[in-house]
Amino acid sequence: MTTTESPADFLARARAQVLDQGVGLNQDDVLRVLQLDDEWVPEVLALAHDVRMQWCGPTVEVEGIVSLKTGGCPEDCHFCSQSGQFQSPVRAVWLDIPSLVEAAKETALTGATEFCIVAAVRGPDERLMEQIGKAVEAINAEVEINIACSLGMLTPEQARQLSDWGIHRYNHNLETARSYFTNVVTTHTWDERWETLRLVHAEGMEVCCGGIVGLGESLEQRAEFAAQLAELNPAEVPLNFLNPRPGTPFGDLPVMEGKDALRTIAAFRLALPKTILRFAGGRELTLGDLGAQQGMLGGINAVIVGNYLTTLGRPAAADIGMLLELNMPIKSLTKTL
Amino acid sequence: MSDLMQTFCTQCGEESAGLHADCAMQAVLSPPRYCGDCGRRMKVQVTPLHWVAVCSVHGEITG
Repeated sequence: MTTTESPADFLARARAQVLDQGVGLNQDDVLRVLQLDDEWVPEVLALAHDVRMQWCGPTVEVEGIVSLKTGGCPEDCHFCSQSGQFQSPVRAVWLDIPSLVEAAKETALTGATEFCIVAAVRGPDERLMEQIGKAVEAINAEVEINIACSLGMLTPEQARQLSDWGIHRYNHNLETARSYFTNVVTTHTWDERWETLRLVHAEGMEVCCGGIVGLGESLEQRAEFAAQLAELNPAEVPLNFLNPRPGTPFGDLPVMEGKDALRTIAAFRLALPKTILRFAGGRELTLGDLGAQQGMLGGINAVIVGNYLTTLGRPAAADIGMLLELNMPIKSLTKTL
Repeated sequence: MSDLMQTFCTQCGEESAGLHADCAMQAVLSPPRYCGDCGRRMKVQVTPLHWVAVCSVHGEITG
């Protein structure tokens, strides 16, 4: 990149590199996207959409997520209402297996092909692993859906066990740039998270790793984060926008501006041209209905349908209707394990 | 239980005849966290298409 390169020239270069060759932008160029003036946002979104269509295709992967164990987490992720360290209104509670199976059935009926079981823990203990084993067996007996998990940091034995049970994808977010992580979490390190991701990959599960933008990180750190994700090369990147939760240290942070969120979507798509880029939490607040459509036409090719872990999302029917309106077919089920 | 009959705000748990204005904005994207009748913090389970909130005294509400 040269400092004299105009936005038009920069976007032409990005088009040649990412759209034509499938090579993601580097950190400096991602930063350039994040710094584009508002007038260039429609053009960069259109490029990101072209990249998504070229390298991922028109289908959209739909997923439901559910919390098996809510609240009471010993970690101090400053954005999270499930930490036991903050005065959050979220109480600790477990979901029973029949309710989990029912949730999986309802999720599948929306057209979703992914069902992610999440637990608010540092890492799974014996009881949680036992529950996961029972849940996977019960869901597989009644529902045609891919099962993913997000259970915190894993030991090698736990990663192997999950893989043996047929968990096809494991989510563990790096959350933010390595250089900003200690501002967000102090009870474990970015490198510990990276180690779990390495174990997940080594056991043959698909790696799902993203994070949250709008945590107070700089644009430089946001670009750094995109570059670090590109280095990891995950199958999926869930992109959350901070929804400031009462009682958490980040509860008073401002909601990200819609244009910034759209620039971030385009930037992450241009850094990760072949990755599943999923709309996750906070989009309702940051982007609203119109912004959600713009995001779908700006590089996103997956959505979380319905509610999140502790907060509510758009009605599932609204998202499915949006995909129909945009002529984006829902990805069909291909159980591989 | 409806918000109009509540004596506690279901988002912050403080005494209030219904939701506070700020809390009402939160409530669009958040299930009730406190019992509207007694202000107790409830156990809330959110699933993709539903939520269930349970007060140990006043029982269950769903959405």
